[in-house]
This record gives sequence, structure tokens and C-alpha cells, in this order.
Amino acid sequence: MQQTADEVLIQRIAGGDRLAMQVLFARHHVRVYRFVLRLVRNEATAEDLISEVFLDVWRQAGRFEGRSAVSTWLLAIARFKALSALRRKPEAELDDEMAEAIEDVSDTPEVAMQKKDTSDVLRKCIQTLSPEHREIIDLVYYHEKSVEEVAEIVGIPENTVKTRMFYARKKLAEQLKAAGIERGWP
Amino acid sequence: MMTNEKLTEREEIESLLPWFAAGTLSRRDAERVERALANDAELARQFEMVREELGETIRVNESLGAPSARALKSLFEKIDAEAPRQARVSLNLMGRISEFVASFSPRTLAYAGTAAALAILLQAAVITTSLVSQPESGGFRTVAIERGAPAGEGAFAQVRFNPQATAADITAFLEANKATIVSGPAAGTGMYKVKVSMTNLPKEQLDEIVRRLQQNKAVGLAAPAE
Repeated sequence: MQQTADEVLIQRIAGGDRLAMQVLFARHHVRVYRFVLRLVRNEATAEDLISEVFLDVWRQAGRFEGRSAVSTWLLAIARFKALSALRRKPEAELDDEMAEAIEDVSDTPEVAMQKKDTSDVLRKCIQTLSPEHREIIDLVYYHEKSVEEVAEIVGIPENTVKTRMFYARKKLAEQLKAAGIERGWP
Repeated sequence: MMTNEKLTEREEIESLLPWFAAGTLSRRDAERVERALANDAELARQFEMVREELGETIRVNESLGAPSARALKSLFEKIDAEAPRQARVSLNLMGRISEFVASFSPRTLAYAGTAAALAILLQAAVITTSLVSQPESGGFRTVAIERGAPAGEGAFAQVRFNPQATAADITAFLEANKATIVSGPAAGTGMYKVKVSMTNLPKEQLDEIVRRLQQNKAVGLAAPAE
């Protein structure tokens, strides 16, 4: 139902309907923002990027062929924008953000472990995954994307999607083990 | 597990667990996973881990908050700064006609349909009367579609008219080139066979005429014909 409605909105946007643009934005901007934020790790940059993503939708709506879900198309645009922004960032700025990320990572699993909260440790470990693994975990679990859709968003073959997801989960299990939680897998 | 080699059935099922948990598998794959889970305790245990990961991934993402209103404001400032969009007239027109027709009640549509049918019948009667009452020879000839004349002699071209060309454009085109429509439109191509000369012409001369036909605004495509 949502799928059809999104496609109708895109058709209207192609005709210059600003209200349709507003509806589409209201419907998807939070998820797109979170996806981008997990990649760029900077709220201001993520906000700038989502307006860029939806501006691309405004410009390219007429070329949308409906072969994938609108949300998949949005995430594919968002990913491209986020990676481009990361490449453009000055070294110094990247260093600062990396430092923040490392700081965030270093102590939290242990702190959580002291509280004996497995769920909390698991969340901290999810946050400390590499960008590549974080991305696939997010796309599958949070954005509810199928193997085919992930392949389209990330631009990799479907078998690679499954392999990457497997290794992301394996890494997660290793981090949990390092934090004192043994799950018996892999 | 998970090398480039072909996966065993169990490994394949194992790799599908995250999508099964998220409910994004095809029905066929979902049934495969369900069957395997029912018969494999170790796989079922692993599925519980996947469900934990799924739940906590959602919590991580939900904790990220939402963007400020600045994002929407910035978007519409950029949209406003864009050049006005070229209206896609044909699509918009079709859309408007569809919406207009859809807005009628069934009874109104029935009346409109009856009126249209009567108008077509009336038009057909007028045309038939004109043709029947037409004298055998002299003066008036309909739009230059040649009927009964020997079509085998003369020089011919194939012509497809522009969709935008009006009847007046086509009539003017035929008169200007002293041409008559012999047959058409052909199914699939929409081409008409047009007699451009009462006598056979050398190829070069016919090509020259075809080139001239092609330049007319009423013509989309012209080519020599047998």
C-alpha cells in the first residue's frame, strides 16, 4: 500500500507538485537521516545531506522507473551522497570525528558489561562495527531491505550481500565474546 | 562457511536467517527456513541470536533522533532556487482529462456517452449523404484519397504524417505536391501510400520528390514506394 502511494507521489513530484514532495519528505526523512548519520557520524552533515538527497529526488523524479521501491531508491541516493561527502571532508575534520568515534567505542562495552546488561553490550558492539558492517546490519535489520534491495543500494552482487552480512554478524559475536559474552557462535 | 564455493543447503539457510527474522524473504525461501528451523535445534538457537541483534539494531537506530526542521527548510529553499520546471504538457493534460472524467457520476457519464454516440451517427449520415449525392464527375473530390483509380501506374511514396498534423495540414500538403493517398495507414507502421506522379518516374526523380515531401511539416517520415 505504502509502495504504491510512494510511486504516485514520485509521479506528482515529477510534475512539480511541492506538496507531494513535502509528503514524501515527511514519510522518509527520518530513516534516510539515520542511515546517513550512521555513515557520516555528524548530525549537521547528515542534515545537509538529506536535503541534498530529496533535492535529487525533486530533480530526477521524472526518470524514476519504479523498478525498485522508492525507499530503496532514496537509500541508494543517500549512500552515494554520504560517501561523496566523506571523500570531500578535510583531513582534520575527519580526524576529529574519528577521535570522537573511537572515544565513544573504547569504554562503553566494558561499562555496559559491568552493569551485566547483555542488550546494552550488544548495542554498543553494533555501534562499534566497521562502517561496511554497520551499513549492512542497518539495511537488513532496521531498514528491512531484502537481499536484492541491499545489493542494489550498496552496488554489490547478492551473494556478496549474504557473505558480508555473515561476516558482520561474526564480527559482532567476536566483539561480544571480547566483552565477556559468549554466545557459542560462530 | 561463506566462501565463494557453493554453499550447502544448511549454510544457505543459515545465511538467510537475518532476512527471515526481518520478514523480507520471499515466501519460498521463508518456507525453506521454517522447515529447517523446525528440525534443527542449533539453527533455532542461532535464530534467537539473530532476533536479539535485530531488536538491538532497531533500538540503536531509534536512539539517533530526527533531523531538525532546518533540513526541510533548506530543501525548499533549494527547490525555490531551481529554474521553473518545464511542464510536461501531454502527461499533465492526460492526467487532467482522466481526473475530469473520473469526477463525473455514472449517470452523467451514461448521458455523455449516449450524446457522443448520437453525434458520431449524425456525422456518419452527413458524410454518407455527401458522398452518395456527389456527381459522377467534376468538381468536388474528397481529401485526395484515390479510390477506383488504377493504383498500379505512376510513382509512389510512403508517408507517415506527424501526430500533430491537422487535416488542413495534410490536405495542404497533398495539394501542394499534387499527391493523392492510395492506401493506408498500414497496420503497425502507420504509413500511407501516396501517388506523387501519374506516370512512372526515374529513381533519382522520385528520390528528389521524397526529399521534398520529407521537408513538409505535416510529414514525419517519407520514403520511396514500389
